Amino acid sequence: MKKMMTLLLIAGLALTAFKPATEGYKVGDTAADFKLKNVDGKTISLANYTSAKGYIVVFTCNHCPYAQAYEKRIMELDKMYAGKGYPVIAISPNDPVALPEDSYPNMQKRAAERKYTFPYLLDETQDISHTYGVKATPHVFVLQKTASGNVVQYIGAIDDDTENANPNHTNYVQNAVNALLAGNKPAITSTKAIGCSIKWKKGA
Amino acid sequence: MKRLIFLLFLFIGLSASAQVKLLDMSHLQKRVSNADTVYIVNFWATWCGPCVAELPNYEKFQTTHKNQPVKILLVSMDFQSKLNTDVIPFIKKHQYKTEIFLAQRKSDEEWINAIDKDWSGALPGTLIVSQKKGIRKFYEQEFTYDELNKLYQANK
Repeated sequence: MKKMMTLLLIAGLALTAFKPATEGYKVGDTAADFKLKNVDGKTISLANYTSAKGYIVVFTCNHCPYAQAYEKRIMELDKMYAGKGYPVIAISPNDPVALPEDSYPNMQKRAAERKYTFPYLLDETQDISHTYGVKATPHVFVLQKTASGNVVQYIGAIDDDTENANPNHTNYVQNAVNALLAGNKPAITSTKAIGCSIKWKKGA
Repeated sequence: MKRLIFLLFLFIGLSASAQVKLLDMSHLQKRVSNADTVYIVNFWATWCGPCVAELPNYEKFQTTHKNQPVKILLVSMDFQSKLNTDVIPFIKKHQYKTEIFLAQRKSDEEWINAIDKDWSGALPGTLIVSQKKGIRKFYEQEFTYDELNKLYQANK
């Protein structure tokens, strides 16, 4: 009976932790960990980062001009925050059949050419992209590691100035991570931005 | 002389077809407010593959419905700095006759939420407005010609 209760409890926890894939995460949800293939062939999970305080999970890709416009800023985020406990984890959500430019070999090429200091993972089944509810590239999920799991604290754009033309722009992700590092909640927890729609597998 | 006039007309024709007007949100809202017309507003960008692929469907729809009270507006979400380098050359190349605008916005987020709260910002997106019927619906998806036709028939 005790065993049965434990099983039920685990099932209940699993249900609350992993919401239906179609909905995607909202701020305050607990994000699922994953096992995805990095450009170096190794498999990466959030759990690998034992000393991390959280994560800057960026859904991005090779082909999208908006993602390209943000590439340098994504690299800077990792340089700025990996040492402080918030590494960047980049994931490409796109189906390479629909977009050959986003294929695994092309991801490897781009990561090497640009000298990414963070993993660039391929979501081959697109399950994680569905679970997170990624809408477009680039799309950021800032997660905070807590005793009860990785809590989503910010969802949205990197800043409000894709063109990088306005010196007074607001750095949403930096502000969110700074707030978390200072022990506070981010002031702005979700934003929207124009981006490239996700190329989902046909029939998925 | 004849040749010069011909060239002049050719030039006028080309520049007329390559007109891209800047459009801010208040102008857009005003533009779709005519009660006798159904407006189908497509948000696209020159860099967006699926957008570029579906633009001919909108062009064809406008041509085949030119005598009906329906108006297609194509609103580019390209960077404002790309108007002369990307958007106008693109329109010149494709010779689109449908009305084309470039979204003049302070921030993407402000624009996205003003169009529809449920729009994630992914392109392409399409808004259909019929003041007469009180319809204002947004679709974050691509449209074939037949789907556009169905959308219009269902909302006119």
